Amino acid sequence: MNTAGFTRRFMALLRKEVRQMLRDRSNMAVGLLLPAALILLFGYGLSFDVKNAPVAVVLEDTSPVARDVVDGLQGTSYLTPVWTTSMVDAEARLRAGDVDAIVRIPVDFPSRLAAGDARIQLVLNGANSSTAQTVEGYVSGAIGTWAQRQVERAGNKPFAMGGVEVVQRMWFNEAGISTWYLVPGLIVLVMTLIGAFLTSLLIAREWERGTLEALFVTPVRPMELVLAKLVPYLVIGAIDLVLCLLAARFLFHVPIRGSLSIIYLISMLYLTVSLLLGLFISGVTRNQFQASQIALVASFMPALMLSGFVFDLRNVPMAIRVVSHVLPATHFMGLIKTLFLAGNDWSAILRSTIILSAYAVVLAWATQRTLRKRLD
Amino acid sequence: MPSSFVATMAQIGALIVKELRAILKEPSSRAILLAPALLQGLLFGYGATYDLKHVPYAVLDQSRSAASIALLARLDGTGVFVRDATLTSSSQIAGEIDAGKALMVIGIPSDFEVRLAAGQRAPLQVILDGRNSSTAGAASAYVGAIVAGYNATLGGDARSGGTPANTPAVTIERRAWYNPNLESRWNLMPALIAALSMIQTLLLAALSVAREREQGTFDQLLVTPLTPMQILIGKALPAILVGLLQSTIIFLIIRFWFGIPMNGSVGLLYLGLLTFNIAVVGVGLSISALSMSMQQAMLYTFLLIMPLMLLSGLLTPVRNMPRVLQVATYANPLRFGMSIVRGVYLEGAGLAEVWPAFIPLFVLAAVTLPLAAWLFRNRMS
Repeated sequence: MNTAGFTRRFMALLRKEVRQMLRDRSNMAVGLLLPAALILLFGYGLSFDVKNAPVAVVLEDTSPVARDVVDGLQGTSYLTPVWTTSMVDAEARLRAGDVDAIVRIPVDFPSRLAAGDARIQLVLNGANSSTAQTVEGYVSGAIGTWAQRQVERAGNKPFAMGGVEVVQRMWFNEAGISTWYLVPGLIVLVMTLIGAFLTSLLIAREWERGTLEALFVTPVRPMELVLAKLVPYLVIGAIDLVLCLLAARFLFHVPIRGSLSIIYLISMLYLTVSLLLGLFISGVTRNQFQASQIALVASFMPALMLSGFVFDLRNVPMAIRVVSHVLPATHFMGLIKTLFLAGNDWSAILRSTIILSAYAVVLAWATQRTLRKRLD
Repeated sequence: MPSSFVATMAQIGALIVKELRAILKEPSSRAILLAPALLQGLLFGYGATYDLKHVPYAVLDQSRSAASIALLARLDGTGVFVRDATLTSSSQIAGEIDAGKALMVIGIPSDFEVRLAAGQRAPLQVILDGRNSSTAGAASAYVGAIVAGYNATLGGDARSGGTPANTPAVTIERRAWYNPNLESRWNLMPALIAALSMIQTLLLAALSVAREREQGTFDQLLVTPLTPMQILIGKALPAILVGLLQSTIIFLIIRFWFGIPMNGSVGLLYLGLLTFNIAVVGVGLSISALSMSMQQAMLYTFLLIMPLMLLSGLLTPVRNMPRVLQVATYANPLRFGMSIVRGVYLEGAGLAEVWPAFIPLFVLAAVTLPLAAWLFRNRMS
């Protein structure tokens, strides 16, 4: 193979691709603006941690003991009690979505408490099931604490003293902050988006405009075309990666326990896979309309929903797990969370590197096949 | 003048037929607009869940006593916690968690039963994989509830042994409206009726004019007797139809495949979806009119889709967002489209409850559609 010829042809193609990329401002908007916007949205906009959930408290009985039992609902940053005396009013608020739950202290509460059989009604809005479960946890916790305190006040030794006590430790994310696992996932999403959005039209556009056929009469080889289309976007992705890592470290204070250089290298490998997937879609469809629809449906949505980004893959049916492991994003997602929060796990690094490299090789080969010099 | 009205309708009709042909002419294009809705509806229905269904865990039982076995039996009895490994030494814990094989390791110390029998606190060690802190937190809460149930049986034994009951017995009676078992699928899937169809409809509308601009046929369209308003309707209707069709596919999957009960009226649901789709197509056509090429239209659409999805309340509630972002969501059609669909589908809401969500959609449509029509004529390369 003539390396001088390769270098000359490759550099010429590269210059053309870079110019084309820089000429269109929308490329820059998506390449640099979108990641920056996403970083801020993710860090500040997404939170699974329920705060100040409004809860209607219906006090049908106004005795001190009834007030006392719901006192614990105040003064926490988790719940905001909305006081009312009518269940009808509370139900209207729940229906309108003004409150997430109703805590009802029935009129016979003190008398039944004396008899040792008191009841408190908790009505939740199940339309948002995860908030409902969190609110349920807080409410039963607050009432449980009250019950415990009553016992201690009465001077009795609570029998719970002798029970099993759960000593819980959460590894890698001691405080259970959801930002810590969302931000590493963000890097996966940004790398996926760059690939799908920037490269998926490149080849299709040339087919539609006929410029690719013009290239067939030149000595350019298909693989040179693929590489020339890949490199400019690798540079954009590398800049985005630096942005993401800086934000993770200094804006959101996510720990980086693994080696930074490994994180960088594996992210660039995934970026390559993702860009090649975009090029492959582009080469197969030869049609900008289809290429953009497929890129959106095949790369971005699965990366968001099926890669283990928010939904834990250990929790889904077997068939879905199989589908999700076909996605390159899943292999990168698992590894990058480990690298950020747990540290260098060499067997995981090796496995993901092999899988992602295999994807890169297969996709590069498949893409250059779509560029073979053949007229329809 | 009825004759001119008929002529106008015929002109629009001809344009709509042409648009539909352009979209649906090739079998592969038809497949691209319909198959993803079907596939995603099924995949996400199973895959997008916050509910604990299958939690692999490992046990290090150094007590091996009747008490520890009884507690573990309660755990296994839930059907949610599935024992992945039985460890023999504490040095194996790190391997289980690091490799992600177990979400949780339960450690029972050797003096577990002795301490329980003596009425002392017996620690149960629970180590969780915090790489997904939401799942870990849910699993931890579940273990806490199981242990509390176990402790209650101990209390019962103590009581029968003669100790007087000395805690105030307060029972919390829980009832969850609209979703009795608090399944996250019931919450997520109706939202997908709006969310999944929005993605492709927005792109479809955004590409429609941009494609003609790129191919040069849009200038020809502008010199025909069609007014910009007629072009607008001709471009908008096919995209709205595709959006409604996709929504219908997902709606049918949710209703009949997953069997999630529909509590509201189908008519109101479709009225909401129609309004939502008009607003989305308005946004898409505005992007299209601004773009000079398909590449630009696609990139601007993508630039919008991520924030629209993330700030809609699909994955995390709008109320958890900072104030500034909550205000920004008023410009997001998906937020209100989803809130209408969720309200009507799950809560059985009527027009009296959901009408406020229609207003931002009307406003958005009233701004974007005329803007697009104006841009058709006034933005030329």
